[in-house]
Amino acid sequence: MTRQPAVLHWRDTFREAAATITQRPLRTLLTALGTILGVGAFVATNILADTANAQVSSRFDALKATEVRIQDANPDGTNPFPTDTSARLETLNGIEHAGLYYTIPDNGNLQPRTTPTHPTNLAANIPVIAADPGAVQAAIPTLTTGRLYDTFHNDRAERVAIIGRAAATQLGITRVDNQPAIFIGDTAYTLVGILDDVKRNPDLLLAVTIPTTAAVRDFPVAGANYQVLIATTAGAAQLAGHQAPIALRPDQPQRLQALVPPDPTTLRNQISSDITSLFLALSTLALLIGTIAIANATLLNIIERRSEIGLRRALGARRAHIRRQITTETALTGTTAALLGTSLAITTCAIYTHTRGWTLTINPTTLIIAPIIGLTTGTIAGLLPAIRAARTPPADTLRT
Amino acid sequence: MTTTEPADEPADTEPGDTPPAVAVDGLTKTFTGPPQLTALHPCTFTIGAGEFVAVTGPSGSGKTTLLSLLGLLDVPTAGSYLLAGDDVANLSDNERAAVRAHHIGFVFQAFHLIGHRSVTDNVELGLLYQGTSRAERLELAHQAIDHVGLTSRADARCSQLSGGEKQRVAIARTLVRRPTLVLCDEPTGNLDSATADTVLDQLHQLHHAGLTIMVITHDPGVAAQAGRNLTIHDGHLTEGPAR
Repeated sequence: MTRQPAVLHWRDTFREAAATITQRPLRTLLTALGTILGVGAFVATNILADTANAQVSSRFDALKATEVRIQDANPDGTNPFPTDTSARLETLNGIEHAGLYYTIPDNGNLQPRTTPTHPTNLAANIPVIAADPGAVQAAIPTLTTGRLYDTFHNDRAERVAIIGRAAATQLGITRVDNQPAIFIGDTAYTLVGILDDVKRNPDLLLAVTIPTTAAVRDFPVAGANYQVLIATTAGAAQLAGHQAPIALRPDQPQRLQALVPPDPTTLRNQISSDITSLFLALSTLALLIGTIAIANATLLNIIERRSEIGLRRALGARRAHIRRQITTETALTGTTAALLGTSLAITTCAIYTHTRGWTLTINPTTLIIAPIIGLTTGTIAGLLPAIRAARTPPADTLRT
Repeated sequence: MTTTEPADEPADTEPGDTPPAVAVDGLTKTFTGPPQLTALHPCTFTIGAGEFVAVTGPSGSGKTTLLSLLGLLDVPTAGSYLLAGDDVANLSDNERAAVRAHHIGFVFQAFHLIGHRSVTDNVELGLLYQGTSRAERLELAHQAIDHVGLTSRADARCSQLSGGEKQRVAIARTLVRRPTLVLCDEPTGNLDSATADTVLDQLHQLHHAGLTIMVITHDPGVAAQAGRNLTIHDGHLTEGPAR
């Protein structure tokens, strides 16, 4: 008698396992329900976290994350910035607008007004701000009327001014088409525009703003609080904050201090960590329940299938073949459940984000991990039932 | 061992040329209790290759225990067992599985088919653990199904078959394996007399194809059709029909 080993090929194992789990689809579905929900919750949590992160990023970055300020690290009353500050900064990558600005020190002589004479009954003194055109544009202004002054005016130290809406109201100015003059000290400036609003530097709304070149020529500016305002593109703030002091003062970069917003990535991660940790804990619990559900259902299932297992043993199956088949069945069930859960989660998240007007963001890693989780939990769930099934004594199960 | 279409004529066996299909000497099975029970007292007999043997005896006499031992589904407490000249009494679990996969066929009273699978799938299952390719399994399964006259039911679920058809599927599952020894446990026990005759006819065809068959039965009519009878009573095996 020839001795040949009992053999079960892997492809036959998969075929037998697939035939078994598809024989009762509803039962398989109910068995896998816990895993479907667990993996679904995991995927949904990750998708919603990614989507919310993107949402936080788009809103948060729009203003705060694109603003950088440079100031004097050791104020000594002198201007630490070069005269071509805007030109130097606006050539750097990621910087949209930049410029020097400061409030001109006022000992009571400036008194912006619409008449040459100095009235004695002004209710409140209107501050005068000197600002490069780049600094004004970095504040993202909108105009009620008129226009902003530009580099032409600044380079020629033209006596032009813009005024904030509140200050204009205070001075009784409502239009600029008649080229009204504002007297600052004893110097007349032509008003070219009225600011309606600014996204940054709201003090511009309460002040008269003039070019820095004109301010230096016409007024004593020593002792001012010099600052540079920079508007960057999204994500460039950190880089701009690093490069600007070097670009402005290559001889003494430590003289300047960059105030940059917190790294949005760090903030976002912190927010997402808080959001997701709770949901991940819930998904883990659901997965645990799913694993136990599969294990329990499979244990009951192998009791029902004692006769089949005995038959397979009688036909030559080794214990290892039985273990392999049962584990493959549960692994396939877990993987199928994971794919169903993933589909369910994506559909749900797509509907939810659509109703909120968000952009659905899916990390491909999540889609790769999900079936692996199903495969792993399914395999783990099958271990005990597989061991029990393999121990089934064939002689007992085949007795009639 | 190859699995081929059985021949129409009985195998021409010469006792001197081939070893007996089964040769047991002092084969014993005792279940350690409590209470301790000797289900099969030491028994010695041989079954020649190509023989058709019936074992009769009352319920609980040890018939199924004998079948389990000869089918390597259980391990004897003592004694030797040569299957086609090979000592198989003290094999490991995996070695017993290998012998079952290639050399032993079973036909049960309860059929033991997988109800939700097709007739072809169930017959094909007989070759699954032999490592045969799927294409070859399907070809041999279709031949065996044709041989038992179920070609038209090849794709039917086994749960939809009648008792007689189920037993014919079980016979086809055994036939496709072409085993050294076929062990039948009350193969007609769940069938009416007309269907039982058909099944017995199928078993005779297996015998005529050269397979060694041992049938365990209560039915004296079935026993009478065997070439040789053994009787078992309270675990003691004796030669000859029951008195």
